[in-house]
Amino acid sequence: MAPPARQFSLLSLLILLAAASSAVGVGEEEFTEELLLRPLPDRKVLAHFHFRSSAPPAAAAGRHHHLFPKAISQLVRNFHISELELSFTQGRWNYDQWGGYDPMSTNSAKPPGVELWAIFDIPFTEINATWKNLTHTLSGLFCASINFLESSTAFSAPRWGFKLNPGNLRYGALPREAVCTENLTPWLKLLPCRDKAGIASLLYRPSIYKGYYHSQKLKLTSSRSGGIILDQTLTVVLQPESFSGKQLHSTDGQLHPSWSMEHLFNKRLSGKCLVSKSSRIFVEIEKGIVDKSGSEILWDNEVFVLSTTPDRVLKEIDHMEVQSSSLYEYDVSNYNDEKPLDVGITWKRPRIWSCTPPPYHASRFLMGGGNERGSIALSFLSTNLQKHLFSGSNDCLRKAVVFQVVPWYVKVYYHSLEIFIDGSRKDISEVLDKIHVTPSEDKLSPGTLEMLLRFPCSMQSATLTLDFDKGFLHIDEYPPDANQGFDIPSALISFPEFNSSRTYPGTDPFFVSPLLEDFKEDGVVKSYTEVLLVPLTTPDFSMPYNVITFTCTVLALYFGSLLNALRRRIGEEESELKKTAAKRGLIPLLLAKLRGKKIDKSNSGSSPASPSGSKLLLKVVFVAIVAVVFHYLSNS
Amino acid sequence: MAIRHYWSMAAAAVGFRLALVLFGGNLHLASRPEVSTPLTSLRRLAEGYWLKQASMSPYSGSMYHGSPLLLSVLGPLTSSKRSGGHHAHIYCSLVFVAVDFLAAMLIRSTGRRLQMARNRSLKSLDLTRSVNSSVNVSSGDAASLIYLWNPWAIITCVGSCTSPIENLMVVIMIYGACSRLAPLAAFGYVMATHLSLYPAILILPVTLLLGYGPDSPPPKVFLLKGLSASKVGMPENEISTGQRDFRQFAWKPVLHFTLWVFIWSCYVLLLSSIILNNVGGRQEMFEKTYGFILTVKDLSPNIGVLWYFFAEVFDVFRNFFLIVFNMNIVFMVLPLAIRLKHRPCFLAFVYTAIVAMLKSYPSAGDSALYLGLLGLFANELAEMQFTFFLFFGYIGVSLLSPVMHNLWIWRGTGNANFYFATGLAYTCLQTVLVVESVSSMIKHDRKLRLLVKA
Repeated sequence: MAPPARQFSLLSLLILLAAASSAVGVGEEEFTEELLLRPLPDRKVLAHFHFRSSAPPAAAAGRHHHLFPKAISQLVRNFHISELELSFTQGRWNYDQWGGYDPMSTNSAKPPGVELWAIFDIPFTEINATWKNLTHTLSGLFCASINFLESSTAFSAPRWGFKLNPGNLRYGALPREAVCTENLTPWLKLLPCRDKAGIASLLYRPSIYKGYYHSQKLKLTSSRSGGIILDQTLTVVLQPESFSGKQLHSTDGQLHPSWSMEHLFNKRLSGKCLVSKSSRIFVEIEKGIVDKSGSEILWDNEVFVLSTTPDRVLKEIDHMEVQSSSLYEYDVSNYNDEKPLDVGITWKRPRIWSCTPPPYHASRFLMGGGNERGSIALSFLSTNLQKHLFSGSNDCLRKAVVFQVVPWYVKVYYHSLEIFIDGSRKDISEVLDKIHVTPSEDKLSPGTLEMLLRFPCSMQSATLTLDFDKGFLHIDEYPPDANQGFDIPSALISFPEFNSSRTYPGTDPFFVSPLLEDFKEDGVVKSYTEVLLVPLTTPDFSMPYNVITFTCTVLALYFGSLLNALRRRIGEEESELKKTAAKRGLIPLLLAKLRGKKIDKSNSGSSPASPSGSKLLLKVVFVAIVAVVFHYLSNS
Repeated sequence: MAIRHYWSMAAAAVGFRLALVLFGGNLHLASRPEVSTPLTSLRRLAEGYWLKQASMSPYSGSMYHGSPLLLSVLGPLTSSKRSGGHHAHIYCSLVFVAVDFLAAMLIRSTGRRLQMARNRSLKSLDLTRSVNSSVNVSSGDAASLIYLWNPWAIITCVGSCTSPIENLMVVIMIYGACSRLAPLAAFGYVMATHLSLYPAILILPVTLLLGYGPDSPPPKVFLLKGLSASKVGMPENEISTGQRDFRQFAWKPVLHFTLWVFIWSCYVLLLSSIILNNVGGRQEMFEKTYGFILTVKDLSPNIGVLWYFFAEVFDVFRNFFLIVFNMNIVFMVLPLAIRLKHRPCFLAFVYTAIVAMLKSYPSAGDSALYLGLLGLFANELAEMQFTFFLFFGYIGVSLLSPVMHNLWIWRGTGNANFYFATGLAYTCLQTVLVVESVSSMIKHDRKLRLLVKA
């Protein structure tokens, strides 16, 4: 009866396998890789890498992962994260030149340094402790000093200025964190092919760190039904070397530099990462470049020519229908080692165009000199976008939300908030719609300012000023280079009435691109302001001993002299003085003895001198003996 | 001998203040470290008031550290809009001018009472001629004029900080105790303690004042006088009755005082909790006011020495030194009280001076108070030593300190040590002043004894 049994077991195994494969089919782990290239008006090139790994809900797949990085799934499970975003940025996004009203600037323009925010799915009381653990974990995972965000002076809990939440969001930023390859390597490790194959193999370090802007981001979304989605993006702005090599920043009649992927990344693309579901490269050409509206945009026209024939051309419909761009798509799976892909653009004709700026150009600066006090000013300059968008209506109001975190040593006087519109002072209540302030506690928590402002549409410029006093720190609290100053993290300005989403209609339902999905998402136009550098007064770091001794001396002087003044009885002192003047000291006595003179007994009242002398001698001998014994004991 | 033209001089002082407040423009005195401390700054009070108006605790944000009573009295005055080149807190400054004038008047009448008591005791000792022949200034007038014309009191008054009110409370306490008005003394005591904590140690002089009455020569002198009188054969009962008047400890006003202290403190606490209702409790108030004073949390520079000390001291020793420096004030309370118990008013002056020197956030306003009180003892301290040195020392420090601060903070050419050095010098000067005044008072008492003996 053995063979039938074996057959049966084989059968059951097969059934099991089939069941397992069908179960996996329900929600499979997926990985997609995409790259978007876009020429920028100021002769630079934007390269935006987007990698998405997704894992089905934990219950469906258990704890085993094929593609999804285990470190991240453990992170999500341990800290009950429902959303998390970590970005490492070097350089500042140029909102005027590179665009401030498109999904790229909204999603990928980040403040310099490290920015981390997370939404937790746990009771409010445990959030701070979980956040602290999370910062340590991330700091280990990405080789960065994210653990500095652990201190309660470094993170805050915005309610609506950053992202609407019931209180389970924590936000922290480290403006001075330097970003380098040591942060990129662990980030690449999360990809299934690392940088060995596929689009990630283009990440040639010398070229991507040479860029003007470099932002590496990791975004996690997790939900019970949807599983975990990990989006890793890397945005770089590169300067392709111009063949003429002159006048790099001008946008005049000069021809834009032509470039190709090999030119930018020193490498051509020879095939996709084998485990990726889709692997695509897009070249985005802004509408302003080819001003023939309506007609089909060719990849080879009178302005430029693309080096390779695109697989597809997508036209973007902006929801405002102001300015739309076209996307040239390349499917990397069609290329291999023999036929590598090298997308590039060659300009035929000089062209001047511009990206859509944000509705207001926001910038922040410090006012006042000296190290005692100062003011933070936040200025909004209208870019006259409304005039293009909604011409005619000048009585309307435009909303702007300001979110700003100030460290505790910048002691902001919130009552000193002043608003100037077009140079004239306005009553705060005219402009300020809603304000939420969490004042800073010394050495405990930073101050958070969330404001909802309403500007009249006709406004050209607005300035908000806030006075502050500079704090004085204990010498241990200063960083190593104290005179460099302290950074105030960027403020975030968002314009809730402006939406930067872009849709690409006319694509077939089987065409799935996470990058374009991201573009489609409802994105409020945001812009980050500059990081401020506040110089703080320093004490003398070499002085602690001197200060301690001087102060203690003065206080001892006070104590001693006052006690002495109280204790003195002048009358008695005078009589005491008379007595001692009559007495003779020990040393003259001894000297007299040595000289062999007899002491004049009548002079100093009989013989009290010799017993007192011997007493003193005894004392000296006793002390000497004690010293010798102590020395002996301590040595043995 | 009253000072001629007293009223015109006092009015001139008030007028000068008013002129500075109204027409001085913004002198930026409010941000001077010598004038306003984190405890007394009116700007911080305005921030606290703003927070309270935004239904947050006024103490959230480590900005305001004062009393909730001041918040509700002065707060509405600070929220008025700044207009043109005017002074930022003009109404508050007008209040402070009135407060300063009131304090000066109370000092004057305290001085009158002291003078009366002094004349009476000298008369009973038959020393009126031998002592008064040298100097006899009306000490109350002198003291109030010193207080009114003291440049530090003026910049404190004009520089919008709340120390004039704290000073007034101390003066009310001393005046009330001198004139044996237990409720008034208790009010001053409770309010002064509530506002700045340190006047709590003035409980001893106030009790002595209420028990024994104003300053008089030591009881030993009266005993000696009694002995010599009996030798000479004067009617003994006359002297002994006079003596009994002075030296019998009167329990009744002291008990009254205790009762009133209790009532006033309950009242103040009740008011505070009503004001802080819904926006933070009394626990937070104590932590942010008294806790802030005792633990020296703010390290911004002031004319004392503790800020730099605690900015530099190693963290391990911080707690130890906090205890030492706070105890340092308390240590001298008892020895002084034992030695000077017959002169409670002078004792109050010495305590005020010590507090002004050793408190965690000293300011020029504290010095203005004790320098004003010093004038009350112009007759007794006529033979004080080092007065020339002290006078020019004070002038030198008050000229050097802003210069050093400017060099360090604004120009960045000096460093913190320069400013700290002026703070050290200032503390030394105050030490000399305290020690010299105490020892010359003791000498004065001895002189009286010798005079009686002779």
